[in-house]
Amino acid sequence: MGSVNDLVIKIATVNGTGSASANGLLMKSIFRMGIPVVGKNYFPSNIQGLPTWYEIRVTGDGYQARADRVDLMIAMNAQTYARDLADVAPGGWLIYDSTWPRSNLLDRDDVTVLGIPLSKMCNENFDGARARILMKNIAYVGAVAALLEIDLDTITTLLEETFASKPHLVDSNMKAIRLGHDYATENFVCPLPKKVAPLDKTKGHIVIDGNTAAGLGCMFAGATVGAWYPITPSTSLMDAFRSFCQKYREDEETGKRTYCIIQAEDELAAIGMVLGATWNGARAFTPTSGPGISLMSEFIGFAYYAELPAVIFNVQRCGPSTGMPTRTQQSDILSCAYASHGDTRHVLLFPNDPGECFTMAQQAFDLAERLQTPVMMLSDLDIGMNDWMVPDFEIDESKAPDRGKVLGAEELEEMEKFYRYLDVDGDGIPYRTLPGTHPKGSYFTRGSGHTKYGGYTEDADEYQEVVDRLLVKWETARSLVPEPEIRYSKFNKAAILTVGGSDGACKEALDRLEAENVALNYCRVRAFPFSDAVREFIDQHDVVYVVEQNRDAQLRTLLMLDSEADPAKLVALLHYNGMPLNAGFVVKRVLEERAKGQAA
Amino acid sequence: MSYISKPKVAHPGIPRNKLGLTVRDYEGVISTLCAGCGHDSVTAAIVQAVFELNVEPHMLAKMSGIGCSSKTPAYFVSQSHGFNSVHGRMPSVTTGANAANRTLTYIGVSGDGDSLSIGAGQFVHAIRRNLNMCYIIENNGVYGLTKGQFSASADIGSKPKKGLPNQQEPIDPVSTALSLGATYIARSFSGDKEQLVPLIQGALSHDGFALVDVISPCVTFNDHEGSTKSYAHTREFYHHVVDADYIPPAEEIKTQYDKGAAMPVELHDGSKIILRKIDDEYDPTSRAAAFKYLRERFNAGEIITGLLYIDDSRKEMHDLMGNIDTPLAQYPLEKLHPGSDELKKILSRYR
Repeated sequence: MGSVNDLVIKIATVNGTGSASANGLLMKSIFRMGIPVVGKNYFPSNIQGLPTWYEIRVTGDGYQARADRVDLMIAMNAQTYARDLADVAPGGWLIYDSTWPRSNLLDRDDVTVLGIPLSKMCNENFDGARARILMKNIAYVGAVAALLEIDLDTITTLLEETFASKPHLVDSNMKAIRLGHDYATENFVCPLPKKVAPLDKTKGHIVIDGNTAAGLGCMFAGATVGAWYPITPSTSLMDAFRSFCQKYREDEETGKRTYCIIQAEDELAAIGMVLGATWNGARAFTPTSGPGISLMSEFIGFAYYAELPAVIFNVQRCGPSTGMPTRTQQSDILSCAYASHGDTRHVLLFPNDPGECFTMAQQAFDLAERLQTPVMMLSDLDIGMNDWMVPDFEIDESKAPDRGKVLGAEELEEMEKFYRYLDVDGDGIPYRTLPGTHPKGSYFTRGSGHTKYGGYTEDADEYQEVVDRLLVKWETARSLVPEPEIRYSKFNKAAILTVGGSDGACKEALDRLEAENVALNYCRVRAFPFSDAVREFIDQHDVVYVVEQNRDAQLRTLLMLDSEADPAKLVALLHYNGMPLNAGFVVKRVLEERAKGQAA
Repeated sequence: MSYISKPKVAHPGIPRNKLGLTVRDYEGVISTLCAGCGHDSVTAAIVQAVFELNVEPHMLAKMSGIGCSSKTPAYFVSQSHGFNSVHGRMPSVTTGANAANRTLTYIGVSGDGDSLSIGAGQFVHAIRRNLNMCYIIENNGVYGLTKGQFSASADIGSKPKKGLPNQQEPIDPVSTALSLGATYIARSFSGDKEQLVPLIQGALSHDGFALVDVISPCVTFNDHEGSTKSYAHTREFYHHVVDADYIPPAEEIKTQYDKGAAMPVELHDGSKIILRKIDDEYDPTSRAAAFKYLRERFNAGEIITGLLYIDDSRKEMHDLMGNIDTPLAQYPLEKLHPGSDELKKILSRYR
């Protein structure tokens, strides 16, 4: 069936063969034609030689989630050929490198197989093993351009921008593009019935991954200390912060760095460094993933009790244990909400895409300093490492960052005596002082029992007074964290409630369900503790489908714990195989649950 | 940790330092450690060291982990900020604190359990970064708060109060630090304040990682016959090989030193350390020679003390990175981001 600007291209390659730049080129050229795109990378936990896939969804409607079908497969990996062919939707197409013979047994009647002698063409036209491998990738981009009617001028411009400093590479890349393009034009009927055509839907948008966005957010938030231990899928966040700092964080007068990035010996040290830095008044952060949170837990509890700010980015991956490090999940919700021993609870922020990674990274620093407590932003591999089309980032320069309640030298001079943990303002947030400010500001930071004056205690009442005051602070946090995103369709008593990166698939599912006359309201929580609006939303409905990407319904559990939601009306729709959620799953599960409800 | 404040009564004739403060101003709350604990002597040495160094109390940061030793920062300089962190993690907290504000003076007090067992990883990496701090290990060979288990610094054959002698190789913080490239390494004894005070002063003034390993006997769990970390054993077997005199910046060297035995080392802040070699064969500027000497004396059962190694030429953490001299925590926030126009330029790379 023919269609325009609604198709999915999947490229199957071997990791380490340099296909990433070719796939980026393909996606960017469609984006530059004004057509919304979604890019997903499915890669192994490995350096070289294992199967990897890149999926480009062309979505004129501007959906953000992974699609649940493949229209055009570019099967560059013989190892996965059978599986890749099986993935193609009926009526779809498959391109393969016809330099080598392929068993006809693998054919499917409902898939059109297009052979292109990519290796042969590149071996004849390029010198050197590395160039031949790389150009083979570029050549399939040329072929796809012909098959889908992607504008060649746009591709040329992109290559010129990419290789501005190495113009000779523009020529060799264009040569490979033309090889593929010419072969497709001469041998196949171009364009295919499914193709692209220029639109005007990408103006004011960028294509970016969430880790880069969060790293940029940290730079704009004025973070000066970043401590980390490398872990997939969070590593690129610190890489991004570093590269932005290298450009924008040199002192004008001295040329010296105004940032300090420390690669720690482990995650325990990384969070320890963050706490030392925030104790001294710097904005400090650490990016990590689930295993890192496990290791940081003791210190997270310390920061909660000693009341030190900290910003932690948890780019969630598939657990438990090592799990699948290069696959996505939302399975650290509970372990982050209550990280550490004893009575602890922590502020969580849930971005839905790179746009919110940028804004919430900045909010996280404000909240951590205002509340004097760790704030964790729970992104995930899908948001953090995949390419998302999002509106341009903006900053409000009129809004000053919130540094919280910090007493300066003059204020201390005027005070008779400073006490660290007094609830002076009734909001549960005490005043703090920074070392080096004034002798009157000194206090002893400790994770052991302490009084509201900051002294050591083992006294029952004195201990309890402080931990009770922390609950007052928790309610203040509830009033400061980002509100949920709520949408009402028309009057009905059923809704979807979700979190973070499940947003795109759920919104697409709402459209599809509405087309089938199933209208649902929608709530996406954006922070923990849940604001009153979340509780009210649940109260308004008879049934709430809680969609999340973990096995144990962690968001649903948290809703029951923190907002006393009635468990009977919270129906868990759980997706946890490591692949990003798609709309098809949500639609199917909602319809199944509704059928069950009607039967009962 | 005590919550009993010491009364601040001082004799009117008590000496004052350049800041007009008396030694009493550098004290903390009353210690709750056992009577006779070596750690209290180390605390007293720290008080004297910072008093004489004219350290502004609010510019001193007292860092610790968990254990008897880690309680002691409450017992000195009440007007300084203290950070009593979690077990074995004082080095990372100090690293971050120093990253944020390099102008404070950092003194970390740790123990043999805190630094050589649970915190061994953080201890070695702080050395590797040449973190600018004075790192004191109050080394008694046992866990006190949990009632007398051996620590990783217990010597082979050392007898516990109950049970069998230790059979495992001890981890020696001095030779560990030497092998890792620490730039100031000293060892002393809590009962030898005359030696200890200038070693702490040198460590505080040194620009880089300065280790002071102090044999500090545990009177309750490790001071009996057969223990190699008792007062009696330490007094019998310890030897000064190279002592240090600390000379503050701009002060002249007044003592007469014998030529050959005395070796002045100038520190970054203009102060000097005069190394006085008791054993002529010892070379405190050679890692290899120091290592060989220490190992041989250790094998002979001796406890070697003094300023055992110094290298003031290596850059500390910030200078290795090329960081600004201003504390990062005090750098104006508005100068830390490039603004809306530059954001637009950044975004153009993602179209």
